[in-house]
Amino acid sequence: MKIKVLGPGCKNCKTLEAAVVKVVAEMGLEASVEKVENYGKIVELGVMMTPGLIINGKIKSTGRLPKDDEIARWIKEEM
Amino acid sequence: MLKYMADAITYGLLGLTPGTHLADALNFFLYDTVKIFIMLSAIIFAVSIVRSFFPAEKTKKILSHRRAFIGNIMAALLGIVTPFCSCSAVPVFIGFVEAGVPLGITFSFLISSPMVNEIALVMLWGLFGWKVAAVYIAAGLTVAVFGGLMIGRLKLEKYVEEYVYQVKAPEVELAELTWRDRIEQACQYTLQILRKVWIFVVVGIAVGGLIHGYAPEDFLVKWAGRDNLFAVPVAVLIGVPLYSNAAGTIPIVHALMEKGMSIGTVLAFMMSVTALSLPEMIILRNVLKPRLIGIFAAIMAVSITIVGYLFNAIL
Repeated sequence: MKIKVLGPGCKNCKTLEAAVVKVVAEMGLEASVEKVENYGKIVELGVMMTPGLIINGKIKSTGRLPKDDEIARWIKEEM
Repeated sequence: MLKYMADAITYGLLGLTPGTHLADALNFFLYDTVKIFIMLSAIIFAVSIVRSFFPAEKTKKILSHRRAFIGNIMAALLGIVTPFCSCSAVPVFIGFVEAGVPLGITFSFLISSPMVNEIALVMLWGLFGWKVAAVYIAAGLTVAVFGGLMIGRLKLEKYVEEYVYQVKAPEVELAELTWRDRIEQACQYTLQILRKVWIFVVVGIAVGGLIHGYAPEDFLVKWAGRDNLFAVPVAVLIGVPLYSNAAGTIPIVHALMEKGMSIGTVLAFMMSVTALSLPEMIILRNVLKPRLIGIFAAIMAVSITIVGYLFNAIL
């Protein structure tokens, strides 16, 4: 499973990255969590409002901090 | 009712004598804090619900290939309802340019979005009344429309970093939100914002309360009254480093106004705090060459100063 957290490195983006890493660890999954900080790349992945969360190429959320159970639900959807 | 509560605590519970400096300052502090927090919660929630209908992706499509003027007006209006935070400014800029939104129209959006924000509006409405808040919205929209028009007219496309024009964004299908999603997300967002700004609001209102209770009535008339021509430009300059702290600065400014600062100066200061900020300029350096940032800052500084003088003259 490929998970991407998109954001230039502001506070919300870091918070989302930490939350995703935590949820992945709690679920005991093998997944790569990649942080995309390059502005051009972020837009090319289809996101304008940061932080963005992409799982297996699908945009799951943009412009807000989702809750841990939402993140877990999206990961399950992609398993 | 809030007034009654503040009175009960200050004069009843704490037994302070009405009219003393301490009682005045404390009463002012209690009344304003509770009022502002109630208004902040209600309005941020309402604004987030409205915003859930205007994601940046939709706004981008609406503004794509618009003509100047009409496009600038639409961009300034959409700037109010499209969710925006300073760390999204750059991806939004690239996304707009990529989608064929003209540069001047993109700027109208980028000016209005942080300037006409819900926190500044609540603070102005709560402390100065709805008329001042309405004047602020109208002036903010005007600055956004004309600032964007000027930048569009000057043909500054070559001062945008080249890589911006290379980016290709995919067509994105956004998931349709249910009302439950919207309400849940609005609650979350409201809590996040309150958690972020509460300390600024409390400190700002506390400092405002001290000024209200202790500073002599007319101590600012000489420096910040309408007869001092330097008051507006100086207020604009002071606002530059104070980015996004509308929550903390408005209560202080409110108390200063009671002591003689004039309304045009107050509005110019507020606009400078929200829309002409050094941190935002630094972020925009990722997509704009220094020359365009300079022109943008100059246009903003001049138009905000004009707004200040105008309101000092007519109000």
